[in-house]
Amino acid sequence: MPAKAAFYDVDGTLVKTNVVHVYAYYAMNRGSLLGTVGRTLATAASVPLFAAMDALDRKTFNEFFYRYYAGLSEDRLVSIAEDMFEDVLQPALYSESKDLIDQARRVGCRIVLVTGALDFTMRPLARYLGADELIANKMQFVGGVATGKVIPPIIEGANKANAIRSYCVREGLSLDQCHGYSDSSSDYAMLSVVGRPTAVNPDLRLRNIARAYNWPILDLK
Amino acid sequence: MRPLKTLRKLYDEESQVVITEKGSPPRALFYGENFLLEDLPVGTRVIFPRPPMTGVPNVKAAIRWAINHPEDMEPLHALLRPGMRLTCVIDDISVPLPPMVTPDVRQSILEVVLELAADSGVDDIHLVIANALHRRMTESEMRRMVGTKIFDAYYPDRYYNHDAEDPDGIVELERSPCGSHVVAVNRRVAESDLIVYVNVNFVPMNGGHKSMGTGVANYASLRAHHNPKTIRDTESYMEPGRSELYRRNQRIGEAIDKHLKVFHIETSLNNRMFGPGVEFLAKKEEDYTEADRLKLQAMRFALSKMPRAAARTVLNSIPAPYEVTGVFAGATEPTHAKTLEKVWQQYVVPVEGQSDIVIFPIPFISPYSVNSILNPLLVQVMALGYFFNLNRGVPLVKKGGVLILTHPAYDEFDPVQHPSYIEFFNRLLPETRDAVQLEQKYEKEFAENPSYVHLYRKGNAYHGVHPFYMWYWGENGRQHMGKVIVAGGENNHVPALMGWERTDTLTEAIEEARGFMGRSASISMLRIAPTVMVDVK
Repeated sequence: MPAKAAFYDVDGTLVKTNVVHVYAYYAMNRGSLLGTVGRTLATAASVPLFAAMDALDRKTFNEFFYRYYAGLSEDRLVSIAEDMFEDVLQPALYSESKDLIDQARRVGCRIVLVTGALDFTMRPLARYLGADELIANKMQFVGGVATGKVIPPIIEGANKANAIRSYCVREGLSLDQCHGYSDSSSDYAMLSVVGRPTAVNPDLRLRNIARAYNWPILDLK
Repeated sequence: MRPLKTLRKLYDEESQVVITEKGSPPRALFYGENFLLEDLPVGTRVIFPRPPMTGVPNVKAAIRWAINHPEDMEPLHALLRPGMRLTCVIDDISVPLPPMVTPDVRQSILEVVLELAADSGVDDIHLVIANALHRRMTESEMRRMVGTKIFDAYYPDRYYNHDAEDPDGIVELERSPCGSHVVAVNRRVAESDLIVYVNVNFVPMNGGHKSMGTGVANYASLRAHHNPKTIRDTESYMEPGRSELYRRNQRIGEAIDKHLKVFHIETSLNNRMFGPGVEFLAKKEEDYTEADRLKLQAMRFALSKMPRAAARTVLNSIPAPYEVTGVFAGATEPTHAKTLEKVWQQYVVPVEGQSDIVIFPIPFISPYSVNSILNPLLVQVMALGYFFNLNRGVPLVKKGGVLILTHPAYDEFDPVQHPSYIEFFNRLLPETRDAVQLEQKYEKEFAENPSYVHLYRKGNAYHGVHPFYMWYWGENGRQHMGKVIVAGGENNHVPALMGWERTDTLTEAIEEARGFMGRSASISMLRIAPTVMVDVK
């Protein structure tokens, strides 16, 4: 078993898109004209609110944002995920992401995606990238219908770091030898917990942190 | 009365060595991005570079003559045939220093070779920069090196940097059963019918088998000779016959020559490092005119008032008007032997005996910091790696002696070019300075770090393993010296991490060195730049 892993945030790190793009795809493929129009308009109208909440606090944003999934059926969410991957995520994948992951795999790292996105939306991407593990948020379903609530703990901020630590303990990996990649200062905890953190296309705050702590900075294209 | 010829020879040998007297002028010494103006103690031996040799009058004619009269090979035109795959492998930006005025000699060579190839019906031509594990050259640097015409015709598909980490771009030619000896080269190079190596032989350790054996190899190949043991077994970097480093490169080079057809074109340059406006920097201070003294003062004042980054930019933007003193072509070894002869002629100054204390002024540039920052590890490699080894025979400084270097030793790194250096300096050096321990414990980790590999392949960063090589490079100097003092070091922690001491001024450094070696300790100063090497009798 490899003694180390490489943990990758997804949105903004490996792909250009974020959770809102993914949800927007679902909103635009609602299955009925009325549903599509209603959800799309509601999503579009909420974009400024999403941006403000995300800037304020990623956890609050996630809790608020995932309520929009309420009422959508599990079957539909899972079955559309493959199309969503082909139409949204795959074209948005940075072309250098695969090289970065391939290099980590060559040197014996397990590949783990750690994302605040919902697990069913990320599975096709994880499969495409050959990830060994996906750590993502899980939507609560009751009677096959999404409640809009995420099963705690919500994977974001400090919880990403906890999830990574738990994963390493469970798999017998050395955190010191593990690599972490993220684009956002909200993932500061995740990057701090691994021995080899790297900022990827970082926001201003993370860029400053990376400079201060001498973490490598990658500009993926 | 001695014959004129003998007198001239004596003058040539001795005129580059000046013994400091009471009335001697203060010396202008490089001090990073500025200069110190220092009075040296009476009796200090100052070793100046030789004056620049006369360049060949017509560079292209010299190139044509060389490729038509090669050493131990057929002329280049006889090796070219229609439909063949030709690859020109070119030395990277690490030589010469500073970059030379345009047209760069590599451009002149390529213009001749590419024209000849076109006339011979060869159209499958690639130009590969032999950057090994050095940083990729930027687009503008690549354009400057070969000229706009060649750049526009070949870049980016047929003119590119070697990528030692491209999993599909490397071919193994040989591998020993235990895997410790690997000969691997760039795939395009390996699959070419003919390789023309375009070399600039800045110092004697460049060129020869090192060109191909290092320039287009990968980490697995380089490990065979870029390691502390090889360095410790190397008596002299600059003399191939006494260099284990060169011997190992030779074994790799011979394997390459067995599998591939390589036509070397090597060039030697004179040491005209400073052009109009700053040419006084190459003079002995005794020969300064009033205008030279004024220019030096003005330059020191201006550089001291600028932010360091601006001073660096200014100094990096002054190209060197080097002239080509020789062009040689053909098979690896006979060609290189001729080149070396020419290079020694330019650089070597004979001196009598070693010194107890040696002063090295450290300039703003090194082979690994063109358009970047001379970070602490590079200061170390300049002092203990390069300058310490600029000799033939024995080092200028006695075993257990003191080395004084003049540099601010600032804690500055370029995260674009030297990201792994930052981690090496801050994480590894506090733990150990032992090169063997560093190699065994950390080298592989840095070499394989996916982030560093990515920055090397896609950015303009030196490979993750490169700071280790810089540290190994200084190994012999570290083992040899009794003490290293940084005169003018602006902080305590950089010298402390390096295992050095620091003083505010050169005078204090000399006092401290004399305290260590005795009041009657002999002192020498190697007045670099331009480049000078000593032949210690």
